[in-house]
Amino acid sequence: MRDIAIISFAQTHHARAIEQENEVEMLQPVVVDAIAKAGITKDRIDFVCSGSADYLAGMAFSFVLTLDAVGPWPPISESHVDMDAAWAVYEAWVKMQMGKADIALIYGYGKSSPGNIRRALTRQLDPYTLQPLWADPVSLAAIQARSALDTGTVTTEAMAEVAARSWRSAQDNPYAQLKGDLAAADVLATEPFVDPLRRHDCAPITDGAAAVVLAAGDVARELCERPAWIRGIDHRIEPHMLGVRDLTTSASTAIAAAKAGVGDGPIDVAELHAPFSHQELILAAALGLGDDTAINPSGGALCANPVMTAGLVRMGEVAQRVIDGTADRGVAHATSGACLQQNLVCVLEGE
Amino acid sequence: MSDIVLPDRLRDVAEPVRRIRTPARLDYVFMAGKATSRFLNAVAEKRLVGQRCPVCRKVYVPPRGVCPTDGVPTEEEIELPHVGTVTSFCVVNVQFYGQVMELPYVSALILLDGTDIPLMHLIQEVPADQVHMGMRVEAVWVPDEELGPTLESIKYFRPNGEPDADYETYKDNV
Amino acid sequence: MAEPELLVAPNVIEYPFSRTTGPMIGAFMTALREGFIVGCTAADGRVIVPPVEYDPDTAEALTEVVEVGDAGVVASWSWVREPLDGHPLDRPFAFALITLDGADVPMLHAVDTGGDVAAMATGMRVRARWADEREGSILDIACFEPEGAR
Repeated sequence: MRDIAIISFAQTHHARAIEQENEVEMLQPVVVDAIAKAGITKDRIDFVCSGSADYLAGMAFSFVLTLDAVGPWPPISESHVDMDAAWAVYEAWVKMQMGKADIALIYGYGKSSPGNIRRALTRQLDPYTLQPLWADPVSLAAIQARSALDTGTVTTEAMAEVAARSWRSAQDNPYAQLKGDLAAADVLATEPFVDPLRRHDCAPITDGAAAVVLAAGDVARELCERPAWIRGIDHRIEPHMLGVRDLTTSASTAIAAAKAGVGDGPIDVAELHAPFSHQELILAAALGLGDDTAINPSGGALCANPVMTAGLVRMGEVAQRVIDGTADRGVAHATSGACLQQNLVCVLEGE
Repeated sequence: MSDIVLPDRLRDVAEPVRRIRTPARLDYVFMAGKATSRFLNAVAEKRLVGQRCPVCRKVYVPPRGVCPTDGVPTEEEIELPHVGTVTSFCVVNVQFYGQVMELPYVSALILLDGTDIPLMHLIQEVPADQVHMGMRVEAVWVPDEELGPTLESIKYFRPNGEPDADYETYKDNV
Repeated sequence: MAEPELLVAPNVIEYPFSRTTGPMIGAFMTALREGFIVGCTAADGRVIVPPVEYDPDTAEALTEVVEVGDAGVVASWSWVREPLDGHPLDRPFAFALITLDGADVPMLHAVDTGGDVAAMATGMRVRARWADEREGSILDIACFEPEGAR
């Protein structure tokens, strides 16, 4: 296996609506920033991979248009996933393991403001029996939360504490969309939104973009004083049919965590892509995280959730802390699909 | 698959369902962004503006805000003439859904003078079989009171009577 | 450059899809049109509703379509205070996972309690309210309602 690391990370100041810029205009400064922080020029990039979804902004093949942000001339080696860009990191990692690239640029972007994200995301469900019901992700997550509450896997108080802690942590994150000095009691005092979820239990609607640069072996060491080495990365998926899944646990996350070696050492920091508060509790349990791990110091997806990008942001947030030297070993998680259907786990470590 | 075992009540049903309709509609607000807004706002004033890349100096129209070669913002705005050269074209002879033009008509790539990327538009006021590469054309605008922030403010392009452009002047755009 | 006046325009995307069902989903849709519900027997003997072509655990082709009841038990639910465009009901309602009588795996649908969240509970019994005109669609079940509601 080659040693492969994240050596730089950049993101937008995430917002409810970035109206003054189209997708490529929103993305391009982030790509430039990530490349600059890596200390390279774009001609050194061997492979470019991105994650996005056309349904968000209603722009068919939008990833072709946003290629302008990387200047694909002369022609570049490029790929795209219709998923969170965390999976684009995985594709790039595989490509680099094969020896086909030493430096890779990965970016993701999501502009949810032009459409109705709850309606748009129903299109990822079974087209025969679920799409006609327009079963939206908030309603489905609320069903999952109810299952977890009914079985005692989570409590309303613990969910509120996750939301409040996320908002408090986000106060230190200049890129976060929502933040504030919130207590669990403040959350519990609000009206339900889609019961049993309150608004604070749900990720906001966000426009945003992010990018990372990956480098292999000595190239990473040459470019970065303390690269965030990918020590393990794995992703697993569960059936799409909600009824056959146990929604109160995340079996796919637990397997991915074991494959990625999460338990092989202490975890200083974990960035979990949980668009709903109860999902953070389910994920932390599946990952086997204890009290010695700081969870979502960025505020997590509850404070900024650029769709198809928030998972990549989790990787970037952990990597940045390793690069800064404020963390030695961390875990980043990304999710996709309804109710944590698909999960990616990545262990990042400094030397 | 003929080996599906059906319960009694489904065995003798006439015309079992084999196909369903699942229509869906999603509503968006298209946001043009800065570069496209700038371009279309100028069109509404009967002007054509492109943007120049600070690195390769190419001029793009309509501008997207970023140079597709260098990946840098294109912020210098260039006022463009309303004349250009046909670099390629096609003659449309078949009806298709949503098509509003009378057949046959010509759709062409037009390299406006001073730009480095051709714009797609219609060619009219000339028989389709006389349109050719290198033909010099000019924009025909809608009446001033009908101008708006849309490329439909240009009705079409037509030959402007100048001699054909030298191939050398547009060879990089074919 | 000065900030331009930003242009916005409505952008409607329509998907006029029609889909072939295959025999398994076709059986489910045919039954709905006839006013009853079917599932299928999985490799381990569980009855799954709606039926699936392949076993969720083993991926083997499933072939046995079985009738289940049109009433059952709410396994979990959420309460939609403000229905979205397209939702099965236009007043507050529940999305619920409902384990139909004779089934082992719950299916998703809506429950109408007349807008009363207090009438919803995990474990409650609900019964399908059939649409007046049925064509072979999941919407042939208008929604579920508390058993004995009418």
